[in-house]
Amino acid sequence: MITLNINDRTVEVDVDPAMPLLWVLRDVLGLTSTKYGCGAALCGACTVQLNGQATRSCVLPVSALAGQRITTIEGLTGPVALAVQNAWIQGNVVQCGYCQGGQVLAAVTLLTANPRPADADIDAAMSGNVCRCATYYRIRAAIHAAASTLPETST
Amino acid sequence: MKRSATSRREFLRLTTLGCAGLALGGVAVGAAGRGAIFTMPFLRIDPDNTVTVFCKHAEIGQGVWTGLSTLVADELDADWSQIRAESSPTGPLAYGNLAWDPTGHLQGTGGSTSIFNSWVQLREAGATARAMLVSAAAARWGVPPAEITVTAGVVTHAPSARRATFGELAGAAGRLPVPEAVTLKAARAFTLIGREGLSRLDGPAKTRGQEPYGIDQRLPGLKIAVLARPPRFGSTLKSVDASAAKAIKGVVEVVAIDRGVAVLADNTWAAIRGRDALRIEWDETAAETRGSGALLAEFRRLAQTGEALDVVQRGSTEAALAAATTRVAAEFEFPYLAHAPLEPLSATCVLSADRCEIWAGSQLQSGDVLNAAAVTGLRPDQILLHTLASGGSFGRRANPGSDFIRETVAIAKATGGRYPVKLIWTREDDLQGGMYRPMNLHRLEAGLDAHGQLTVLRQRIVGQAITLGTPFAALTVKNGVDVMATGGSAAEQYAIPNCHVTWTNPQVGIPVLWWRSVEHTHMAFSKEVLMDELARRAGQDPLTFRLALLKDNPRATAVLTLVAAKSGWGTPLPAGVGRGLALQESFGTVVAQVAEVRLVDGALRVDRVTCALDCGVAVNPDVIRAQMEGGIGFGLGAALRNEITLTDGRVDQRNFDGYPPLRMTDMPKRIDVHIVPSTNPPTGVGEPGVPPIAPAVANALFALTGKPVRKLPLQGNGDMPNFPSA
Repeated sequence: MITLNINDRTVEVDVDPAMPLLWVLRDVLGLTSTKYGCGAALCGACTVQLNGQATRSCVLPVSALAGQRITTIEGLTGPVALAVQNAWIQGNVVQCGYCQGGQVLAAVTLLTANPRPADADIDAAMSGNVCRCATYYRIRAAIHAAASTLPETST
Repeated sequence: MKRSATSRREFLRLTTLGCAGLALGGVAVGAAGRGAIFTMPFLRIDPDNTVTVFCKHAEIGQGVWTGLSTLVADELDADWSQIRAESSPTGPLAYGNLAWDPTGHLQGTGGSTSIFNSWVQLREAGATARAMLVSAAAARWGVPPAEITVTAGVVTHAPSARRATFGELAGAAGRLPVPEAVTLKAARAFTLIGREGLSRLDGPAKTRGQEPYGIDQRLPGLKIAVLARPPRFGSTLKSVDASAAKAIKGVVEVVAIDRGVAVLADNTWAAIRGRDALRIEWDETAAETRGSGALLAEFRRLAQTGEALDVVQRGSTEAALAAATTRVAAEFEFPYLAHAPLEPLSATCVLSADRCEIWAGSQLQSGDVLNAAAVTGLRPDQILLHTLASGGSFGRRANPGSDFIRETVAIAKATGGRYPVKLIWTREDDLQGGMYRPMNLHRLEAGLDAHGQLTVLRQRIVGQAITLGTPFAALTVKNGVDVMATGGSAAEQYAIPNCHVTWTNPQVGIPVLWWRSVEHTHMAFSKEVLMDELARRAGQDPLTFRLALLKDNPRATAVLTLVAAKSGWGTPLPAGVGRGLALQESFGTVVAQVAEVRLVDGALRVDRVTCALDCGVAVNPDVIRAQMEGGIGFGLGAALRNEITLTDGRVDQRNFDGYPPLRMTDMPKRIDVHIVPSTNPPTGVGEPGVPPIAPAVANALFALTGKPVRKLPLQGNGDMPNFPSA
């Protein structure tokens, strides 16, 4: 049994310790909002927050995660998340939407650390998250829009 | 898929027939059977005042749920906030794509036909429901229907100051006869069509991770399957040793089907590990064993000596080329491309003796149902297909052979229907499993007269057919020529007096499929790059050169003129910046783009793209802009560095490291989209944004370096020696 802290809830799972967190979330716990895209940490569809940092869950063995704080898009809360999601909706960012949970988690991680990111900061923080619909232009605009609604100091 | 050559008048007549189907089907479809509700094939009104639009087209990111709902909601005079969208059922005639089959028997999404074919049908659905709500209110209040108005979801009788919501009237309205005929609004009365500021209906759920996709389907007792397919196309299974696979914890069963060997497990991780542990021998007797180099050599041989079919033939190219004062010849190369939707292919199946239920991001429901019926031996009406949102498609899920759905159903059958089965393609399966944009070789020869006028074009296209031998051939194959391999040439899009375009269909065992904007992905490139070279040889500006060939095409002229004005065409640029133009009409929509590019330490940067288009009535302007932005990014990513190559018949690329997708850092920092105002019926926007970007970038490089780019992708390209790897 491995004890995990997911979205501020404690769950116990009995799985292969090498199983990546992604499949524990999706197949064992039914938290399907974290997506499979490549299985090799190349696309960011599987992004979760691990102790507040955007992390690729598809290459993260579940055995390494006991006691660590895992947040999926289902459990994402707080003023930065709200600002980002509102900016996403108002900016009509999504197309197919499959990557967008990961994009939102990456953007929230960025804005939490850096409430006024420059374009280069956005490039650095977001270039691991692939959008095959190429909504990048609106993602960039939505991050700036969300930033403009947040206080200038780190939250 | 391209819409048929059905004339506009014929289309409207047939659409009206489709609407008769709507009325006949009035109570049969989509009824939830609870409380006082109003249900028709395309919408439901609930007592809580929500209006749910049943969308016959698949939401694959293009915004079609929003678009179809806008058509219904406008004629209904609904408030946008009360509108919800969901997938329609599969099967009933009401849900056919009228652009493909006016009788409504073919449900599917593609060829940028969704809004085009629904334009009259769904407005009539909204107007019909509105008329019934008005009749119900008139009866309830004892007033003439003509005195009743409907605004933003509220039904009002002003003289008596009475009001009612749709929800309050839905029960009574649903018991009324469906009117035979309705009058549609004049364009000036539209309240939602063309309106800025509408939010996409799928925005909130997708932003919060709440949208269920095909790959997310869960059922009690579900087993996950992954399939080992042969490494070379055309191979068959010789033998399999599954003992090591079966020893892995979580693996429940290994079965062979026609397409390979499936490992079923309690979870995806165990299924993948189980597949890795299979020991398989393939019979490669019939396999395609050529690599990309051998294929290119064969294509080149066919371009020179192979038999070809006429695509366009007019005037005399021999005489005109002999008479030309300037001749330009060029050969263009295009690689195979994968669609690589971010949601890998997946389907879920529950099979019993008399029923087969499927959940999938299906884009070609009618074909998928028939193929599932063929695999199971059941009748089509015993197949129940649920369409879920797709995490991208770009054409991949509209597959006449239904590969991923056939596989899923075949695995369910091979396991005796003992448990629900979900098949997942891994990313490696996606990139190596075929159905690519075909590799192409084009040879073009063109001639200018003494005035610099383009008088002659000769073009040979060598590239695999896409729809030959499929049910779509009736729509897309003319005199043996597959339009989806050959359309959109300069002979079709510019007034050139002497043209001869020919096509050779090489026999290659690599499965191919339409890829967002289909033939225009390569046809626009060779056409528009050649145009810039010809303009330079004629000593003319590329814009002026094109406009001279478009005198009889006011739409293209207006689009080109608009993009030129908005992009600052002809204004000075900073040193090191090149500007390039390209134009393509596809799927009834004319799009022009101007790209500004720089070389930074040898690396190509696309700084700015200006886009203009004419797509008829702009139903959702912001969705249209988004499709242009996304089309630009999709086309740019492929042009920069994407190719599927083969070594001895084996695909070289395995994942996004070998097939690097466009990323945030590659996206132009500025994109401006300008829509030509129009009152013509709407045409497509999902695909037409793609074709111009690659030639616009190539032409900008040509302007910058003086060297034409004739090969894609740009990376590792002999035409671009300094272009760095990703």
